[in-house]
Amino acid sequence: MFDLDGRKALVTGATGGIGGAVARALHARGATVALSGTRQSALDELATALGERVHVASADLGEMDSVEALVPAAEAAMGGLDILVNNAGVTRDNLLLRMKDEEWETVISVNLTAAFRLSRAAVKGMMRRRYGRIVNIGSVVGAIGNPGQVNYAASKAGLVGMTKALAAEVAARGITVNCVAPGFIESPMTDGLTEAQKAGLLGTIPMARLGTVGDVAAAVVYLASAEAAYVTGHTLHVNGGMARL
Amino acid sequence: MSDIAERLKKIVVEHLGVEPEKVTDNANFIDDLGADSLDTVELVMAFEEEFNVEIPDDAAETIVTVGDAIRFLEKNAG
Repeated sequence: MFDLDGRKALVTGATGGIGGAVARALHARGATVALSGTRQSALDELATALGERVHVASADLGEMDSVEALVPAAEAAMGGLDILVNNAGVTRDNLLLRMKDEEWETVISVNLTAAFRLSRAAVKGMMRRRYGRIVNIGSVVGAIGNPGQVNYAASKAGLVGMTKALAAEVAARGITVNCVAPGFIESPMTDGLTEAQKAGLLGTIPMARLGTVGDVAAAVVYLASAEAAYVTGHTLHVNGGMARL
Repeated sequence: MSDIAERLKKIVVEHLGVEPEKVTDNANFIDDLGADSLDTVELVMAFEEEFNVEIPDDAAETIVTVGDAIRFLEKNAG
């Protein structure tokens, strides 16, 4: 079950906590992985740690040209693309009244628009091959909101809508499109929270712990597997029971 | 039948799974051959690949029948 031998996967934001874990998990199941991220040294480090079946595709998803070049580069390096994990994400938290246009635009552009463009590029080859798995990394915040994150919440909710619409478009071609929505996960993104914030958070999570990046990666592996063929347009929440959706 | 027409009709037959005799010049991809909108996008991609030509979106929109496609490719495929 969940064997990814011979599959070719592109993971964006692979130097982040969740992205790195996703890349490792796909690789551990046998997939060849292309790692995309902005920090070259961190990408190289992860590539070295993984050893074989790894390609590095440096990209800045805030830059249009960089986005457009990524899928063709990954396909050329691996000889195809079966699995696309749109994981790259940024936050620019601020209360709406103080939020600058750039803070809104950056988050929408990296978290949502890049995922749209990468999916558009990836679906082409997937349709030809009659097989594909797209997994978008959303967030519990996209479903329930969070003060200070109107931009981030909108981008993640946008991913869910895009996931559903695209799933319907390409279902008949053997391509599934799903979303994994993590709750609060121990990662560089949540390291910024104060102890008091973390304690407050734990009170809202029935499982009384933050999630691990491995919890999220396991969900991605499932949706990326051949076994998940009949699951599409779905959002799989991985949040310790924090929001029971 | 020109070489281009022959190759193109073969792609249409294979892709849409229709009887070769149905693929006439006047056949409308959607109304006569049962293509859905995604099929038409895929056919355009397949034509681009087979004939090594770029079919821009505004040109693709004018390709409604098999004959439209043949005429476009006869004019633009090198």
